[in-house]
Amino acid sequence: MTRRLILIAYIVFLLLPIYWLVNMSFKTNTEITTTMSIVPIAPTLKNYAEIFTNPTWYGGFRFSLTYVVLNTLISIGVALPAAYAFSRYHFLGDKHLFFWLLTNRMAPPAVFALPFFNLYSAVGLFNTSWAVALAHCIFNVPLAVWILEGFMSGVPREIDETAYIDGYSFPRFFIRIFLPLIASGVGVAAFFCFMFSWVELLFARTLTNNQSISSIMTRTVSAAGIDWGLLSAAGVLTLVPGVLVIWFVRNYIAKGFALGRV
Amino acid sequence: MTVALDHVCRSVRGEDHILDMTATFEPGTINVLLGPTLSGKTSTMRLLAGLDPPTSGRILVNGRDVTGLPVRERSVAMVYQQFINYPSMTVYENIASPLRVRGAAREEIDRRVRVAAGLLRLEPYLDRMALQLSGGQQQRTAIARALVKDAGLVLLDEPLANLDYKLREELRAELPRLFEGKDAVIVYATTEPTEALLLGGATATLHKGRLTQFGPTPHVYRNPKDRITAQTFSDPPMNFISVELKNGFARSPAGVTLPAEGILKWLPEGRYDVGFRPRRLSLTKAPALIPVKGVVAVSEITGSESFVHIDVPGERWIALTAGVLERQPGQEIEVYLDPTRFFIFAADGRLVHAEPHGEERR
Repeated sequence: MTRRLILIAYIVFLLLPIYWLVNMSFKTNTEITTTMSIVPIAPTLKNYAEIFTNPTWYGGFRFSLTYVVLNTLISIGVALPAAYAFSRYHFLGDKHLFFWLLTNRMAPPAVFALPFFNLYSAVGLFNTSWAVALAHCIFNVPLAVWILEGFMSGVPREIDETAYIDGYSFPRFFIRIFLPLIASGVGVAAFFCFMFSWVELLFARTLTNNQSISSIMTRTVSAAGIDWGLLSAAGVLTLVPGVLVIWFVRNYIAKGFALGRV
Repeated sequence: MTVALDHVCRSVRGEDHILDMTATFEPGTINVLLGPTLSGKTSTMRLLAGLDPPTSGRILVNGRDVTGLPVRERSVAMVYQQFINYPSMTVYENIASPLRVRGAAREEIDRRVRVAAGLLRLEPYLDRMALQLSGGQQQRTAIARALVKDAGLVLLDEPLANLDYKLREELRAELPRLFEGKDAVIVYATTEPTEALLLGGATATLHKGRLTQFGPTPHVYRNPKDRITAQTFSDPPMNFISVELKNGFARSPAGVTLPAEGILKWLPEGRYDVGFRPRRLSLTKAPALIPVKGVVAVSEITGSESFVHIDVPGERWIALTAGVLERQPGQEIEVYLDPTRFFIFAADGRLVHAEPHGEERR
């Protein structure tokens, strides 16, 4: 009984802020600032209506989703062959290279922001979704390589060899035999890339002209004060893609953690 | 079709895995590679398959040099010790896979998969995923895949080692029959001398990356070329005693003295290694036998047979006796050697005299 109480308390503690965000998104600013109500007294969809009708808002969502999807595709596409090489071949300095990849994640993003800004302005990538997608690769590619390498090393090398003996060419083996075996790894890696890119703020702001959803949300702060209701509604909507992705990869996430990588 | 190794060496990062190996494997019989772990069996298999390149030397198929040819262009099938199947495919698809890659017609694939599945009694499981099967069935699937390919070279790398006793017996009896009548060279690696004898054919004994002897299995068993081959091809291991033969007596450095009887009578004086198989070491007294005092170290019973490990000065011997025989460790006993059953090896390890075979005394 005590155990259950503790668990309930913990879950309430975790979910309360999220509930409160949802709660606020259905209220008017006056209600938010004047009363403390568990459920909205005068529920309104005005905040959501604003987001779905104002092109700045829904454009922001579209822009962010574009670079997040682009980034996830690039990261996984690049990390698959890299992880295969790390998992299957021995070459000079392979362990050091593998570790160096990871150290990229340890550097603060701000270090890279300025050079990226300058470079992308020079080649005309500034203010495009490609700019953000490529910039996020510096963090997501190492992560994806790390996760995928773990999954790939879990597949016995003999499977590769059996496929060659059976007559498979490398591309055919990789797509027909190998990818299905590490599908959960690809799912987990894609999830982490997606989430990192979705919540990242610094690059998204520096490399674009305030187009990403995270930077648009900062616009709710104006001289007239903060538009609490609108901000909450936007917050709720930013949670949705994450929830969807988690829903799709929920069975694989546990596996990903069980492998001791991630 | 014949497959030959021509002075093949392979070393990995300065470590020699295979040393100057030359052998020709013929079709129509099972070629057994026999040797303990790390003796180079798997390395040899991988060289034959083309999975690893040799450091030097050539690999010949029908006299044609195939050393640099990629695996997928060779006519090879391989079964591993671990049960290797494609986990994402059904048993049917697993067996069909080499044919599909080759682009065989649908009816042709179906016919051959069903024949192979029939031979290996896999018909009821064709629609299951490979991983849902028991170990024995998984290995059958792997063997079926090797069979269906109709490859010129079939490599079986300890295919039965991970199976339980019963299944192993069963599959071992079936294996030679499965590949019968095909013009394929079959190479079978095993650590167990008994398995080599059961499979018959030809046996190549391996030791630390060297091929020590290659010939018809019974011949190699009866006439091991040297001490190392005799050790490799004996289970339980052959018993040895190093002696100095002088003045009608053979004395070991640790003080065991044997009268020069049997073959020892005819040898010139000098240093020899005397070997004899565990079942020639008797625990019951009989006239023409030479007694040696020893202490029981371990006694194992396997059901119909008993192994008694005996410490004699300077050596440990194993006696294999019929029936259940219990001996307490530490017990002092007398064991009896049969001087007509000795293998004699010269000081450099060469065989001087082999145990005679033919009529059996028991």
